[in-house]
Amino acid sequence: MKKYVCGVCGYVYEPDKGDDDSGVPAGTPFEKLPEDWVCPVCGANKDEFSPE
Amino acid sequence: MSNIYSAIKISDHVYWVGAIDWTIRDFHGYTTPRGSTYNAYLIMADKITLIDTIKAPFRDEMLARIKSVVDSSQIKYIISNHSEMDHSGSLPEVIDIIKPEKVFASAVGVRTLKELFHDQHEIISVKDGESLSLGNMELTFMETRMIHWPDSMFTYLAKDELLFSQDAFGMHLATLERFADEIPAATLEYEAATYYANIVLPYSPVVLKALGKVMATGWKIKIIAPDHGPVWRKDLGKIIGLYRKWAEQKPEAKAVVVYATMWHSTEKMAGAIAEAMAGAGINVKLMSINEVHRSEVIYEVLNAGALIVGSSTLNNNILPQMADVMTYLKGLKPANLIGAAFGSYGWSGESVRDLEGILKEMKVEIAAPAVSTKHVPDDVVLTKCHELGKTIAAELLKKISSNNGNSEKNTEVNK
Repeated sequence: MKKYVCGVCGYVYEPDKGDDDSGVPAGTPFEKLPEDWVCPVCGANKDEFSPE
Repeated sequence: MSNIYSAIKISDHVYWVGAIDWTIRDFHGYTTPRGSTYNAYLIMADKITLIDTIKAPFRDEMLARIKSVVDSSQIKYIISNHSEMDHSGSLPEVIDIIKPEKVFASAVGVRTLKELFHDQHEIISVKDGESLSLGNMELTFMETRMIHWPDSMFTYLAKDELLFSQDAFGMHLATLERFADEIPAATLEYEAATYYANIVLPYSPVVLKALGKVMATGWKIKIIAPDHGPVWRKDLGKIIGLYRKWAEQKPEAKAVVVYATMWHSTEKMAGAIAEAMAGAGINVKLMSINEVHRSEVIYEVLNAGALIVGSSTLNNNILPQMADVMTYLKGLKPANLIGAAFGSYGWSGESVRDLEGILKEMKVEIAAPAVSTKHVPDDVVLTKCHELGKTIAAELLKKISSNNGNSEKNTEVNK
């Protein structure tokens, strides 16, 4: 599963880890994140992310 | 006279109790030739509240200004809108001196303050949209992550229609005037733009989001009180409009040519490029990085549509002062630029390739082939530089007119 980088702050979404703060379980691919999911560091929208 | 420092009343219930730093000239690489202020604000509510504190060495100045209004032991709450040291450096000592009932910050702010101070002070986290009663009035908090740290938040005081905006809408400008309308408009716009370019620019997408979020709250805002520089109380639409403009980064018919030169060869090339662009109707800023500061370069790039970079090759690399400004520019993520590279060399000539590589990493669209020359440029090379300038100028004007065409089309659709 591909990692995605936030173009605003540089946070890397790692599907293996998920995103605890937003209740996203480990193993969730980036594409499966809800559309209203935002970067846990800076709050940027999903469309600010690009594949690492 | 026992107390030379006074608080300044900025609204019915709020006093400015910050400090003026007349001598600071460097903020982690951003030059501040006019100094700065660290703003803290005192709300004279039933629960007297201090909004932000200041840089550690200025603690006594802040406490003296507070004392001109009220004994500091009367302060019940402290709010930390932004954890960076110029606003929190004195916080642990101020908590010990004032002994407030409670200290508040955003959730990330609580974590950040722990990571900064490693002490036992209890800081309570507030959520986005949460309100806090001060007895006869109320504060509301809004997370503004990454404007310009992850912990950043705004605090709104409805009673006085006042927004405490921490670093947003701020500037590094040391003055005894406390209101923006007491300062010449050109100075304000220059310093606010320089601050935006050097601090806020990389986070422009979240700035646009935050502006939308503030509008959506329906908050009435009469005063914006930032953490640096003067307080805004007149014509707020102007500074808000400028923030929107800077965040959108729509390219203008302006180009920045920045270069470093060893024996004036790269400089001659820069001159030829600049002359050609100016001849084609572009506003050109020609900047030798040996003479100008990196802060000034990003200020000029803020509303530019083209960035053309040049360097001699020194020991198989770009010149170190050019590496400095390129690292700085890359980090600040200016958007919507076209560009090109140029430079002179003595035997190997890596600089142009390396500069072009950095431009690509910065997502600058390469709009003309690079020009490089061995040693001193002759007429043939200078003509190529002229061509490069003309090409970039034409591409930029084309891009701007097609952008304008698109927005006109959009307007048509919206009708």
